[in-house]
Amino acid sequence: MCYGRFRNVATDGLRPPAPPPPTNHSILTTRTHARILEGQTVIVPGTDLTGAFRDQYTRTYRHMLLARVLEDRLAAVYRAGGKIVGGVYVGRGQEAFSAALGVQLRKGHDVYGPLIRDQAGRIAFGEPILDAIRTYLGSIKGPMRGRDGNIHRGRPREGMPPMISHLGSFTAVINGMLMARRLQGREAERAVGGTGIGDGGLSTGAFHEALNQAAVERLPLVVAVANNQYAYSTPTSRQFACHDLIDRARGYGVRGQVVDGTDLAACLKAFTDAVQRARAGEGPQVVIGKLLRLSGHGEHDDASYVDPALRKGQAGRDCLEVAQTFLLDQDWATAAELSAWQREAESEVDAAFAIVYREALPDPYQESWQALSRADLVEGSSHAGPEL
Amino acid sequence: MSITYLEAIRLAQQEALASDPRVFLYGQDIGAFGGAFKATKGLHEAFPGRVIDAPISEDAMVGMAIGAAIEGMRPIIEMQFADFSSVGFNQIVNNAGTQFYRTDVPCPITVRLPSGGTPGSGPFHSQSLDSIYAHYPGLVILTPATVEDAYTMLLEAVQIDDPTLFCEHKYLYYHLKADALPDEALPVGRARIARPGIHATVVAYSAMVHESLRAAEELAAEGWQIEVVDLRSVKPMDTDTILGSVARTGRLLAVGETFPWGGATAEVISRVASEGFHLLDAPPQRLNSKDTPIPYHPNLWKVHRPTAQTIASSLRQLLRY
Repeated sequence: MCYGRFRNVATDGLRPPAPPPPTNHSILTTRTHARILEGQTVIVPGTDLTGAFRDQYTRTYRHMLLARVLEDRLAAVYRAGGKIVGGVYVGRGQEAFSAALGVQLRKGHDVYGPLIRDQAGRIAFGEPILDAIRTYLGSIKGPMRGRDGNIHRGRPREGMPPMISHLGSFTAVINGMLMARRLQGREAERAVGGTGIGDGGLSTGAFHEALNQAAVERLPLVVAVANNQYAYSTPTSRQFACHDLIDRARGYGVRGQVVDGTDLAACLKAFTDAVQRARAGEGPQVVIGKLLRLSGHGEHDDASYVDPALRKGQAGRDCLEVAQTFLLDQDWATAAELSAWQREAESEVDAAFAIVYREALPDPYQESWQALSRADLVEGSSHAGPEL
Repeated sequence: MSITYLEAIRLAQQEALASDPRVFLYGQDIGAFGGAFKATKGLHEAFPGRVIDAPISEDAMVGMAIGAAIEGMRPIIEMQFADFSSVGFNQIVNNAGTQFYRTDVPCPITVRLPSGGTPGSGPFHSQSLDSIYAHYPGLVILTPATVEDAYTMLLEAVQIDDPTLFCEHKYLYYHLKADALPDEALPVGRARIARPGIHATVVAYSAMVHESLRAAEELAAEGWQIEVVDLRSVKPMDTDTILGSVARTGRLLAVGETFPWGGATAEVISRVASEGFHLLDAPPQRLNSKDTPIPYHPNLWKVHRPTAQTIASSLRQLLRY
């Protein structure tokens, strides 16, 4: 295997040890920028390789890295049993595509609707990793306070509402947040809304309604479609019959792009362009990322149904390793720096877990058991079982 | 001056738009056209940009409202018919209804549901969905039976910080008239004694209040004094007023237009049986529509739902016990 010096950076010290890396890594043997350009179309022509792009690329890589370290830890805690119930749903293999959108958005200004595999995008948008850990562990200090778990978390008042499990239905909520700003006369602020969906979620009626709605209203919506080849176990051949998902965008009168979702440089370029266009008033934008979910649907799922050929192909590359190679080849980072960033991410996750482990869990005797904000409209509990 | 139930709904929306800049209306054909029932007639012109036509996308309509509410707006969604809200059901019960509990951030949306049967409307333009929504936590279900309540409760719905389903009855749109709109009203959650009596209690809501009042009138001629309780809101349900009435009469009939399995009437019976069993002189009864889709032809439709005649008949049986 030819992971060479990079493999250590990616996986050393993670708990648990990362699963075996994908097997196709010819790119990792590529040593020069020129050869990358010729052989792998890693860099989209026109990409600014200097200054601001370097900063953005490096920053986004570190968001991806933190997401990977965090999710590996969450998965390990889940497998150890006892602390995390229900499941752990990770974005392994989708970090570049996810973070490339999140990093374009400004928290406090823009709107972000992350979906299941958007841990990297959440970090890039500015969600503290404490929110993730607290929600998985059920801490009452988390945004969901044990009332919801795992990836069903958010802070609506901070521009990032929580998804519900019913795929597709989240997109119209983001539309509404953008619509509100229009109705409030705030369009000049040029806020955009980013959200995620997958190849499976595209099949829902709710998503169809929402994207059509966004197109009709010409809302500044950017949809990241992670075509990760499987909706749980269902391959794309059982999900849609169009030649390419980009055809969907055309059908809605929406501008679409397809990008190699394993290539951070390409993802950043695509989302920079999409977000700029949305900000400029060009209406909804769709970016489709071709990639592979490098995990099961959740950590309970061994993903044995995944076609081995996909793992070996371009979509099966690990975006984190691709980015590491790129950083080294560009001389934007040394191996020592990559290792240091890795250790920093691990320390950050360690520290956050240490905080959350000391926090209180929800107490059913203290719980309000109240689903309405208007207390005077809440019915007595006498019809819902005896008092505890 | 005579104001219909429908006009009261239009005027309440006009008032909400005029007095609260956070309010906007979103629904199919509600803009320049003024709505399928003209409940928004003239509002598009009076409030430019705030009365917005939606595509035929009930899911996205409610989703849009939820997002707008998060950002501080007070959307009123018009479902063209309550029946079609089933397409937006997921957004209502799973998104709007869970948001406050999950996030501590309220979801102040109002969804207007033109409900209930009218002759010739058939299976898909006649449904009453109050009970199925009431089953879910996190929702407020208003079921106004009078012109006055249609006006004041819609205005209050907009002010409630929680998702509120406003079940307006289409049969009452033109039939019901009032001389003037009220300045004050009972709070949401309080039932109303629509007609006092001593021999039996009928608990009803929405259009069934009027069928029950007619039945009470019919029985008055036979010497029975029937008390009619108008629930006004199915959720919260004013159990105290129901129990107070049953304490006076000892007999209970709950009447609803929804399908018979479960629902608001079953909830009334359940509460009285468990909390007021000692008050009852006869087994509590309930009357709902038949357990079939709502038929098209008036000959079938008028028998499908409870009417003054079937309510009177049920009351006679109850009083004979």
